[in-house]
Amino acid sequence: MSQRAKILTVALVLAAFGFIVPHTSSFVVLLATRALVFAILALSVDILLGYAGLASLGQAAYFSVGAYLTAILVTRYHFGLGWDFWLLVPGAMLLGAATAAFFGLFAIRATGVYFLMITLALGQCVWGLAYRWNSLTGGDNGINISARPNFGFDLSDERSFFFLVFAFFAATLLGLYVLVRSPFGRSLEGIRERELRMRVLGYNTWLHKYIAFVIAGAVGGLAGVLWAFTNGLVSPDTAVLTTSVDALLMVVLGGAGTLVGGAIGAAIVFGLREYLSTLVPWWQYVLGGVYVLTILYLPMGLMGLPARIRQFRAFADWRDKETNNLAPSPS
Amino acid sequence: MDLHYWLIQTFNGISYGALLFLVGSGLSLIFGVMRIVNLSHGSYFLWGGYIALSVIGATGSWALSLPVAAAAVAVIGLLMERLFLRPLGFDPLRQVLLTVGFAYLFQQGALDIWGGNNLEIETPDVLSRSIVVGGLYLPLYRVFMIAMALAIGGAIWLVMEKTRMGTAVRATVDDAQMARGVGIDTNRISMLIFALGAFLAALGGVIGGAFLGVYPGLDFEILPLAFAVVIIGGMGSLGGAAIGAMLVGLADNFGKALFPELAYFTLYAPMVLILAIKPTGLFGRE
Repeated sequence: MSQRAKILTVALVLAAFGFIVPHTSSFVVLLATRALVFAILALSVDILLGYAGLASLGQAAYFSVGAYLTAILVTRYHFGLGWDFWLLVPGAMLLGAATAAFFGLFAIRATGVYFLMITLALGQCVWGLAYRWNSLTGGDNGINISARPNFGFDLSDERSFFFLVFAFFAATLLGLYVLVRSPFGRSLEGIRERELRMRVLGYNTWLHKYIAFVIAGAVGGLAGVLWAFTNGLVSPDTAVLTTSVDALLMVVLGGAGTLVGGAIGAAIVFGLREYLSTLVPWWQYVLGGVYVLTILYLPMGLMGLPARIRQFRAFADWRDKETNNLAPSPS
Repeated sequence: MDLHYWLIQTFNGISYGALLFLVGSGLSLIFGVMRIVNLSHGSYFLWGGYIALSVIGATGSWALSLPVAAAAVAVIGLLMERLFLRPLGFDPLRQVLLTVGFAYLFQQGALDIWGGNNLEIETPDVLSRSIVVGGLYLPLYRVFMIAMALAIGGAIWLVMEKTRMGTAVRATVDDAQMARGVGIDTNRISMLIFALGAFLAALGGVIGGAFLGVYPGLDFEILPLAFAVVIIGGMGSLGGAAIGAMLVGLADNFGKALFPELAYFTLYAPMVLILAIKPTGLFGRE
């Protein structure tokens, strides 16, 4: 498929999604909203993993920073429930970016498995604060948010809220698509493929990765605000290691370096977790099995499936031809 | 807060460190030999505790549950390495992700087999008493934990330093390619080390089950602590894991006692600094 056809497909699928979901049951609307929030978080992971080649196990840090900021401002100062919601969103993105800018000073020097571990440790720092700093975060119980913003457009209605999250997802996807197609995104890919060569060519590879890290932090903060209002409860669970792990696996499941892959991964994970779990008790085996099989057989994720099938067909054709040529005539 | 308090806190920290050593040393050896960050290491710990509970339920013997649970989990680890990790070849990221997938499978498996309640492993009567040393009442069980870690650490150290096998392992940690070049079967070594790591983690799970409990979610709680041990001590180094475990055990105990609001922060922030300044850990080799 050409690039234009791909964009058109994604746009059509998204439009269909945004059109169909509001006409379904409120359970599905809520499910889709939650999946979309995580899809935004997955986008932030994909910028790092898919384009800069950095596997982050600490993306929950920026997610929870955004969520806690929202929860604290809303419950203590009643800020962010009217038009000031539009100040809260950039505020949380800024805080996510600032946190990432600070953490990046430590993390960006590391590569490969070391980057994975340092982001894990940074994520654990934020979790530790969320879990223990009772006076600020409410400790283990977290903070309850009972209201949703209303700026002429009442978000306490699940369908309106879905549209808002959907719009944010689409805008993030578009923004990041422009970013990865820009010269900056191209140099990031160059760094992923061969950092030393890019450095020799005169690129400041540290700075490129640092900027990508900060952008991912901002997107994580955005996902955090939306999650706080979606979930209604911000607890240390938002910062816990498994949240980061989930986001990373969603990207790997869908296909890293594709942007939309993370959204597909999020849809599958939430679909299995919240829909299948109402049907069968062993849903987590399916989820675990899908992960394991994807990693073993589809290194490019589900988005790599068509290429994988083409490859397999080509191989089968070649094998048939070979066997026809070589096989002795049947006796 | 008198001297008495400090001594008790130190003792508690060291005994917790002894437990962390069992989990962390295995993780460290696995990383050293295979360059894999094994994210299902916490699951081995959890499964060790659960299997021990089943053994105790069936036979009533706590002493028997230690080797049986550890050996059973070692077999699970061995199969995982042979059937899934090895075929991926040298691709650390995919291997790490694969271990996460397994962590989820283990989690669900444990939930199905043993249920979602908080369980506890009863210690034998002999170990549930206290001894008095210089006016301090020390729970005998914690003394046992320290003794166990010393015995196991000592045994592994002897094997590593004094046997041909141990030399081969150290060579593989230093430079796997060269080790292969001089005829060391690194494939067999990574299999053995993976099984040993699983064995140690499960042993930790049985021993820790008496004082942390055994419950769903313990796997992902113990995992970051094991990481802290490995990172502070240095990956692939046994002595480093011992020192890292002591530091993490003490930092955890004093952090919770002195700065309750920053307890975990005081544990993980040093980990970040060490990783940023010396990624191979305080005692790791380049």
